[in-house]
Amino acid sequence: MLRHRSRLAAQVALLPAMLIALVVYCGSTGWTVWISLTSSRMLPNNNFVGLRQYEILFGNERWLVSASNLALFGVMFITISLALGFLLAILIDQRVRAEDLLRSVFLYPFSMSFIVTGLAWRFLLDPTLGIAKIAHDIGFTWFEFDWLVRQDRVIFTLLAAGVWHAAGLVMAIMLAGLRGVDQEIWKATRIEGIPAWRAYLFIVLPMLKGSFATATILMATSVVRLYDLSVAMTNGGPGIASEVPAKFVMDNLFERQNIGLATAAATSMLITVVAVVAPLLYWRSRAEKAAS
Amino acid sequence: MRRKGWRLSARRVGLYAFLLISAAFFLLPLYVMLVTSFKDMSEVRLGDLLSLPAAPSVGAWVKAWTTACTGLTCNGIQVGFWNSMRILVPSVVVSIAVGSVTGYAMSLWRPRGATLLFGIVMSVAFVPYQVFLYPLVRLFSFAGLNSSLPGIITVHTIFGLPTMTLIFRNYFASVPIELFKAARVDGAGFWRIFTSVMLPMAVPIITVAVILQVTGIWNDFIFGLVFAGRENFPMTVQLNNIVNSTQGEREYNVDMAATMLTALVPLAVYFISGRWFVRGIAAGAVKG
Repeated sequence: MLRHRSRLAAQVALLPAMLIALVVYCGSTGWTVWISLTSSRMLPNNNFVGLRQYEILFGNERWLVSASNLALFGVMFITISLALGFLLAILIDQRVRAEDLLRSVFLYPFSMSFIVTGLAWRFLLDPTLGIAKIAHDIGFTWFEFDWLVRQDRVIFTLLAAGVWHAAGLVMAIMLAGLRGVDQEIWKATRIEGIPAWRAYLFIVLPMLKGSFATATILMATSVVRLYDLSVAMTNGGPGIASEVPAKFVMDNLFERQNIGLATAAATSMLITVVAVVAPLLYWRSRAEKAAS
Repeated sequence: MRRKGWRLSARRVGLYAFLLISAAFFLLPLYVMLVTSFKDMSEVRLGDLLSLPAAPSVGAWVKAWTTACTGLTCNGIQVGFWNSMRILVPSVVVSIAVGSVTGYAMSLWRPRGATLLFGIVMSVAFVPYQVFLYPLVRLFSFAGLNSSLPGIITVHTIFGLPTMTLIFRNYFASVPIELFKAARVDGAGFWRIFTSVMLPMAVPIITVAVILQVTGIWNDFIFGLVFAGRENFPMTVQLNNIVNSTQGEREYNVDMAATMLTALVPLAVYFISGRWFVRGIAAGAVKG
């Protein structure tokens, strides 16, 4: 009797999660994909038009700029954060003094929001009052640093803020990985007389595939969601130079009242994530299996 | 012998030099924000970006807190602070309650469909939120939840579910199964085992969950913007409005003070929780 009641209770306890999964996760995704196949503008309709919205989308300059910004930002952001974070982890792993303090300093940006990050960096990179002013004040009056307002450079200012925000996270994940490396391996490399940098690059690095994959997955997810940082730092400008796909969707949903186009863009984002993250997940599960 | 020692110490110097330069890079924005917020505007305009304030004043902080303008109203960022608090507390409690019960049921009871459910819930951790926004807005306006406190709390519960379920499921799965079996032999049911056996043991993971949710929900921008409504805009949204909707001359010292005020809660959580924060990241770093 009690046994049955408990089984039932377990089933009931999962109801909220089931409801969320069915209605919100599956239901909303399905509806979004469906809307993207219709001619909906201000309100959703069921007038099926096939891939018309996608044709319009990929002929839209704002979207193309957004998508190429995301690709450029994503690749550089992940590469630089991984490199800097791994380097910092290795250096901290050299039995340095004040390790805890250094770790806190490298990681604290990650605790702050993208809005705060964006506003702080916007002031820092302000062409008249920011870092550029220091150069002017010490006599380099010819020195111009106006990347924040230059269409061809603005994406790099977002990149600086992004790396500042995330490199500490990579450092924390990689350091945890490094600390998990078997001491015997270090002994073996010393006996063999392998230089430390080669040991890190060719022996330890391949062992940390799982950590690398975890850090990459975390960053890739946040890249696709990139929105707040662009809003706070540049609001997509100058012109449309720092637009990103998430912002394209938001603007078309809530300002331009073009939900057909917005959902087509959202669906394209979803497909991109699946294409990037699924292989990474597969790769990580294989790396973990090989490690165990 | 001597030569080797010298080379070694040169390497140490290089090591520390790189670490210190990196530390300076990471601290620079925080330092500039802080010193700027204690300057007056003429000093911000004419003085050195990096210099300490000549005559430190909390004027900008007071103005940011009490009278800075967000669009039409000029009640300072304190409005956003209290809104964020009213969103934060119930959202943290509800999302952890739902996540812990879900994780507990999945790990120890394994009812029908639990594996499939877990797969669906976890995959959402990667999906861009833009995919869900429009249908959710429609659903919420149908249910009368749009632009309301219950609405934004529901949204934080919905999107906190993947991480919360994951960390509690993993934690309860690591509890010795004998303990669970013994409790069942003693006649304890589903809820009894949860409240008297599992929850008391789960204090560490609840701490991790609180850290994750407090920083995550406080830092949220997009959900607050879409679902909270003008009356309940959280601090991040108000901050962005204060800084980006300024008409006329910008007051960078007030902007920086408002930014610091918004960063204060997550920074406090980070520095107080220390290594627990890292543990939270590790626990939440979705393991498939």
